[in-house]
Amino acid sequence: MEEVDVEPTTTPIPGFDSNQKHLGFVWGPGDILVYETIYKASGGSAGGCPFVHEVRKDEDIYSPILRKLFNESHHIFVGLQRIREDLPSKNKKPQFVSISKNYRSVIRACMEELQQVAGIPSLSTLKGFISMMSHLSLWCKQNFNIFCTLFVVCDPLAGSLVLHLLDWVRLHKADVDEKAREVLASESPAEHQAYWDVVISYVLQGRMDEARQVLVKQAALQPAARVMFKLLDNLLMKMPIFNPGETQTLTEFDVKWRHWREEVDHCLQDQSFASNRHLEDICKILVGDEDVLLEYKELLSTWYHFLVTRLLFSHPTVKPTELHYYAQSSMHMFLDTRSVPEPLDSILLAAFEFDIHQVIKDCSIALNNWWFVGHLTDLLDHCKLLQSHNLHFGSNLREFLLLEYASGLFTHHSLWQLAVDYFDHCPEFGRVYLELQIERVPLDTERKALKVIRICEQRQMTEQVRSICKIMAKKALRNNRLGSALSWSIRAKDAAFATLISERFLQDYCAKGTFSDLDLIDNLGPAMLLSDRLTFLGKYREFHRLYGEKRFSDAAKLLLSLMTAKIAPHSFWMTLLTDALPLLEQKEVIFSADQTHELMFCLEELTSGKSVPTPDRPMQVLGYTPPYPLSNVCFPFNLLIHCFIICSNLYSCLARG
Amino acid sequence: MFVARSIAADHKDLIHDVSYDFHGRRMATCSSDQSVKVWDKSESGEWHCTASWKTHSGSVWRVTWAHPEFGQVLASCSFDRTAAVWEEIVGESNDKQRGQSHWIKRTTLVDSRTSVTDVKFAPKHMGLMLTTCSADGVVRVYEAPDVMNLSQWSLQHEISCKLNCSCISWNPSSSRAHPPMIAVGSDDSNVMYGGKVQIYEYNENTRSTLMTVTDAVHDIAFSPNLGRSFHVLAIATKDVRIFKLVPLRKESSSTGPTKFEVQIVAQFDNHNSQVWRVSWNITSTLLASSGDDGCVRLWKANYMDNWKCTGILKGDGSPVNGSSGQPGAMNTMVGSTAAPSAGWPDADPPSLVYIQYYTHPSTVHQHSVYIQYYTI
Repeated sequence: MEEVDVEPTTTPIPGFDSNQKHLGFVWGPGDILVYETIYKASGGSAGGCPFVHEVRKDEDIYSPILRKLFNESHHIFVGLQRIREDLPSKNKKPQFVSISKNYRSVIRACMEELQQVAGIPSLSTLKGFISMMSHLSLWCKQNFNIFCTLFVVCDPLAGSLVLHLLDWVRLHKADVDEKAREVLASESPAEHQAYWDVVISYVLQGRMDEARQVLVKQAALQPAARVMFKLLDNLLMKMPIFNPGETQTLTEFDVKWRHWREEVDHCLQDQSFASNRHLEDICKILVGDEDVLLEYKELLSTWYHFLVTRLLFSHPTVKPTELHYYAQSSMHMFLDTRSVPEPLDSILLAAFEFDIHQVIKDCSIALNNWWFVGHLTDLLDHCKLLQSHNLHFGSNLREFLLLEYASGLFTHHSLWQLAVDYFDHCPEFGRVYLELQIERVPLDTERKALKVIRICEQRQMTEQVRSICKIMAKKALRNNRLGSALSWSIRAKDAAFATLISERFLQDYCAKGTFSDLDLIDNLGPAMLLSDRLTFLGKYREFHRLYGEKRFSDAAKLLLSLMTAKIAPHSFWMTLLTDALPLLEQKEVIFSADQTHELMFCLEELTSGKSVPTPDRPMQVLGYTPPYPLSNVCFPFNLLIHCFIICSNLYSCLARG
Repeated sequence: MFVARSIAADHKDLIHDVSYDFHGRRMATCSSDQSVKVWDKSESGEWHCTASWKTHSGSVWRVTWAHPEFGQVLASCSFDRTAAVWEEIVGESNDKQRGQSHWIKRTTLVDSRTSVTDVKFAPKHMGLMLTTCSADGVVRVYEAPDVMNLSQWSLQHEISCKLNCSCISWNPSSSRAHPPMIAVGSDDSNVMYGGKVQIYEYNENTRSTLMTVTDAVHDIAFSPNLGRSFHVLAIATKDVRIFKLVPLRKESSSTGPTKFEVQIVAQFDNHNSQVWRVSWNITSTLLASSGDDGCVRLWKANYMDNWKCTGILKGDGSPVNGSSGQPGAMNTMVGSTAAPSAGWPDADPPSLVYIQYYTHPSTVHQHSVYIQYYTI
């Protein structure tokens, strides 16, 4: 068959003349920005550059109803992936059928909703609601059924094929019910102008019982023609419909059907309905008279409805393998010789030929959205139908289409989470795609960042987790939220950044005399070991806590160890020594003789240094007010003196003890 | 596809580059009016200019964002022979109220003696590194050793490419299987000068010229690696070309540069004449190019790796109305009437290219690869 091929589409950029200037561009996450420019060095006079245009695609995902479709089909998709490989295929088939039915019911719900909304005039006029494009994809969503039915269900029992097709056609032409309600609700239904349209539409769809119910209205109006109506009613009632659930064999059905058909033929030859044109037409439809069927083109509306009706009345036991023959002839009979079949017609035709590859290929070209082909191919792949149709690249094609679909979802601010599962089920490139996409999800809030991190952590994407934490830490620091910055950098295991933030904490402490974010610092735990400075921050804060709890000897021990174990930065020693003073001044002995020695040693080490660091925090931090004025310059010496005083106290105490 | 909205850029002269930040929420524009503007996207998708300042004393050719791990950092390069690094600082509260932000210059890189034609940050796993190239044929790699102090940059490498350089691209791959790579393009139009694309392995000892295209090259772009063993490179020259670089197995004793088998995957002359820009989307499923026909063309491969044009962005031909255009009037939706194709290219299978290697006599470590094309 001919290949459907389309030229690349051209998107017009307003207010721009391609003959005069170049079109610059940049890729965005879900769009592309274009602007006029001149790349040649000798560009000539340039003038201002008025606009940057944002060019977008995939409008589908912005429609709330379709979003529901995406959400629900995602559930079905995930369910399908969970069907175990090792199940014998006999057990899998019913599951596949039920999956395809689930897809179908989701589509049906979506369609109904679309029709409802479209019914409200004010909404339907809204620009872009159902654009041309989504019409096309809607078309395919409707037809998902038929593909599933044809390819997946694919019942070997020939008789049931027509039933499936009828089902599909009924879904397509659901407007007849609407019309029927309108007719029956009117004052005199039989005189309603759409009356016969309704009856014949029902007959064309093989809905005999409904047709009879409507027909009764007319019969009641024409008592003279009662016999004639009774006869037709009888014919309609007796029309055999194959029911695969019954024990009846196909041959039995065939015999029955032929009998019935002869009966109808008989009536026609008898001219039983000659006095009523409508009844005669119905009778002719029942024998599958193609000329009469084509007179009702309007009611059939599509060539595939014509095909199904034709099969129903002429070849009710058609086999799947014979389908394409009837499909082709129906299309040619139905369409004018002049009109060219549209791409979508060719797709359907390919489906009737069971040319899966062609269907997928053509759909990819004709549709603006990968929803349809992605899900269909996935389902077919699970059913092992791609292989059976000699597509050896089977899983690649599936993956290719799913990756495209999921990438489209990722550009949406909430649907991206659905895409994650699709990527998970693409063994070859799914993970890399997810890695590339997920780190670009905008981290607007901490909550969103945590959500993204959770997804990454579940998949051991450590580099992405680290990067996100790092970005969040950087952002928090910019906004001066030190606590948040510290916890993010701990999460990122970023030692350098943790050091920097710890430094900022200590600076803040020196400036204000208090720590912020106590909760975080008090509960660092082993995270403290990430960087030396962070360890010091945690330990120093622990010293404050011990001091506050009046556990002076523990506090003193810790303070000393901060210096002797070289955990404290040298610049901070003066502060620590100052912190030691109130401890030295306590009535009871806190520093032992050895500890005092060490303390003095620390002081010596500090003062022997070339530069004497100035204390960089107020003295009253620990409630210590020096008994005599201290100037910064002489401070170490004063401290030294202090220590001597204390020490002498200490020794006298010892002597007394 | 359709034009969703048009942003009145309000630059006094030609825009030369527009750059999205990593998350796609901000963009920067630069212009011959010597300024850079930063734009932020609101919740509703509107763009607002939050900063606009004079950056250089000449046309600003390119502007680019550092990875957000390093904060809000931009680099720009200019005709004024410098490149500059800018950092956003959280401004005064009344600035915030006015929706404005402060960008301060952290450094000016003044090593070039000619126009600086491109500036690119290295992939983030290499730290905060910046590469520039200039019209006098020098590629410079700078590094900020302390990422908290962006005013200190040290010049790590200076590579003389002999030909005037127009563009650079880092291989974004962070794989340890190969050294970091930079591709450099030259727009020297003299075909006699040989290779216009040089690829350097960023390594202490080896830098190698790996591939040559003899026509002027205006832009070059490595595609995201996707964990594959080969690299893909798009080149804007007199046509759009996509190359595949497949590393050949090294002898274990060899310390020289990696050798590649170079395959041309696709070549399109639809732009009729020169192609000026090429760029990949995030997952490298689409390549966009801009050329002398005044169009942007989108290229896509199918699952068989056959490339095909799937979309064209083209001016509607209405007169360019300059800055007098009414922003309000431009905000109408313009949709394309036909369904855009999702792309089932069925071009011919990629042709294999055999290459010959020989060592350039004048250099020890620089190997040139001259390609001869034999299409099967």
